[in-house]
Amino acid sequence: MSEVVNVKFAGLGGQGILTCTDILGRVVFDMGNDVKKAEVHGMSQRGGSITSDLRFGDKVLSPMISAGQADFLIVMGEDQVEANQHFLKEGGILVKPSDFDVDQLTNKRTLNVALLGALSKHMEFPVEQWMDAVRAQLPERLHEVNEAAFMLGRGE
Amino acid sequence: MSSERKLMSGNEAVALGTKHAGCALGVGYPGTPSTEILENYAKLADCKAQWAPNEKVALEVGIGVAFAGTRTIVTMKHVGLNVAADPLFTVAYTGVTGGMVLAVADDPGMASSQNEQDSRNYARAAGVPLLEPADSQEAYDMTKLAFEISERWNQPVILRLSTRVCHSKTIVVPSDSKEVPAAHYERDIKGRVMIPAYARPAHKKMRAKLAEIEAWNNAEGPNPIIGNSSKLGIIANGVSALHAQEAAPDAKVMKLGMVYPLPMKAILEFIDSVEECIIIEESDPFIQTEVQAAGGKVRPRLERYRYGELDVVRVKRIIDGDDSEEAAPPRGKPPQLCDGCPHRASFQLLKNIGCTITGDIGCYTLSVLPPFETMDTCICMGGSIGIGLGMRHVLPEEQARKVVSVIGDGTFMHSGLTGVADMICNRPKYGHVIVILDNGTTAMTGLQEHPGTGKTLDHNPSGKTVSLEATCEAMGVDKVVILDPSREMEAFEQAVRDAMASNDLTVIIARRPCILAVVRDAKINRGEKVR
Repeated sequence: MSEVVNVKFAGLGGQGILTCTDILGRVVFDMGNDVKKAEVHGMSQRGGSITSDLRFGDKVLSPMISAGQADFLIVMGEDQVEANQHFLKEGGILVKPSDFDVDQLTNKRTLNVALLGALSKHMEFPVEQWMDAVRAQLPERLHEVNEAAFMLGRGE
Repeated sequence: MSSERKLMSGNEAVALGTKHAGCALGVGYPGTPSTEILENYAKLADCKAQWAPNEKVALEVGIGVAFAGTRTIVTMKHVGLNVAADPLFTVAYTGVTGGMVLAVADDPGMASSQNEQDSRNYARAAGVPLLEPADSQEAYDMTKLAFEISERWNQPVILRLSTRVCHSKTIVVPSDSKEVPAAHYERDIKGRVMIPAYARPAHKKMRAKLAEIEAWNNAEGPNPIIGNSSKLGIIANGVSALHAQEAAPDAKVMKLGMVYPLPMKAILEFIDSVEECIIIEESDPFIQTEVQAAGGKVRPRLERYRYGELDVVRVKRIIDGDDSEEAAPPRGKPPQLCDGCPHRASFQLLKNIGCTITGDIGCYTLSVLPPFETMDTCICMGGSIGIGLGMRHVLPEEQARKVVSVIGDGTFMHSGLTGVADMICNRPKYGHVIVILDNGTTAMTGLQEHPGTGKTLDHNPSGKTVSLEATCEAMGVDKVVILDPSREMEAFEQAVRDAMASNDLTVIIARRPCILAVVRDAKINRGEKVR
């Protein structure tokens, strides 16, 4: 049985955290994994800090990622690192906006998808699988700009 | 019927399970984390759903549906069950004809609530069976099971959810679905009119049903035992059982799906089958207390784990008996009123005047945080008015005149009207001031409609709008002032100052739509999809 992979997303309400977690969720779901996604919203939608957990593998039990368990931590801003770094396991990978040239994003709202592009470099899923998920989770008028953002984050 | 796997939230799974159980009407009141159950249910084909003004009315409407012989789901958050408790305790006596399920979402850790009360206590207190799913598949399956149990024993059933279960997405494979039974009324006076003479036998009948349900739960309830260790046994409910399986892969786990009435015989047998047994449950030591009362030997949970959510790390600590201080998680950025929110101008004004604000439940509760820090109390839905009146009755004049009740339009419809009636009837000597922050929506829970918006759950016109001002005037309020808090700052300030200085009963309606609702409504008007 393969290990469960733990991916934690952190940002502020309104930055697209839940959308990009859903996109990754779609990718791993379509690849046939068991998957659990946990999030807390509510008060947090008013611009407060939010985190979202995605776990996948052959069999996932708890939906939550505890401190020291995350294989990947994706932050929407460098200011989110301090509050969430304790979730990363030793040797876990931090994915952050400075991993690529944010100024090249034609639409700043696509930062979340660009970060997924940066994350995708560390995962084995084919690019087309990611693109399918982006298209499935977003309205058609946003496909092109988000596909470009994804490739920018991926560095291709 | 498709057996396709789907990735869905617990709330979506309850909605689909309700449709597949053959439900005639869904009714509820929005409240995090339960809100999306009814919203998702309403989007499914041929599913009728509506928001009630509050949870008590929602449950009463549900009782009517069930008395009429067909099926209903009633949704609310945990504190909503307090509001609905009055009908709950007596419908537990009468029982129901069609299936009735109350989906009640608890919020351990208080992601968005004023307390972390444990709804299982209501099941025991009222005598209502309670099921508790751990993930979305179980949420789907147990919703259908809850309807079956409800109809088999003619008893309402609580489906207890938690924030984690409601808002986590996990894989669901849906199964078969049932037809909605045709509604048909049959009179049963002794069964449904709870005068003492009829209620006495009804109480005994209810206890007999619960005994039967407990026997069923012992024999074939949804309580699987996972693993076969003879050393450590863990009894756990809901999502805690998943944490426990991961925290202690070698333990034998009894995963309780029906937590009231507990399958006590099966539990005691389980305890006997292991060297040591621990109960892993969030919130109150509900199972533990019952098991100990029945003579079951379990290691008691350390008190610190009553508070907040559990996760794998905390469950490991419980198993290890670790009572050391837990590391406080770093604090993130707190939520705040949106930029451009009309409440901002209102609270800046009330802060400048130096009011004592008895507050209420909604986005505007955020005004307690910087930069406003201008709310003195917040207890429950509608509480602002009664609490303000109580203060006005007893405080010396100088302090009494400063007291202002601040409440939102949705909360006013939920529980504010009776407060106004009390104000008219028991008039404080120096009068009183109520400010209704009318942003035309139930904003905090995600922009739901209410009777004052004149729209139904699906945002279509309901035909009539309950007018705040006409209602207040008709009830006997001396003075009703309506203004725009963002555009009429001076008039607003004058109105508040005049009201505080006079002995009048004044209602000031600060009316300006929620900026998020404006954006959402524009999308609807353009024919775009909204969440």
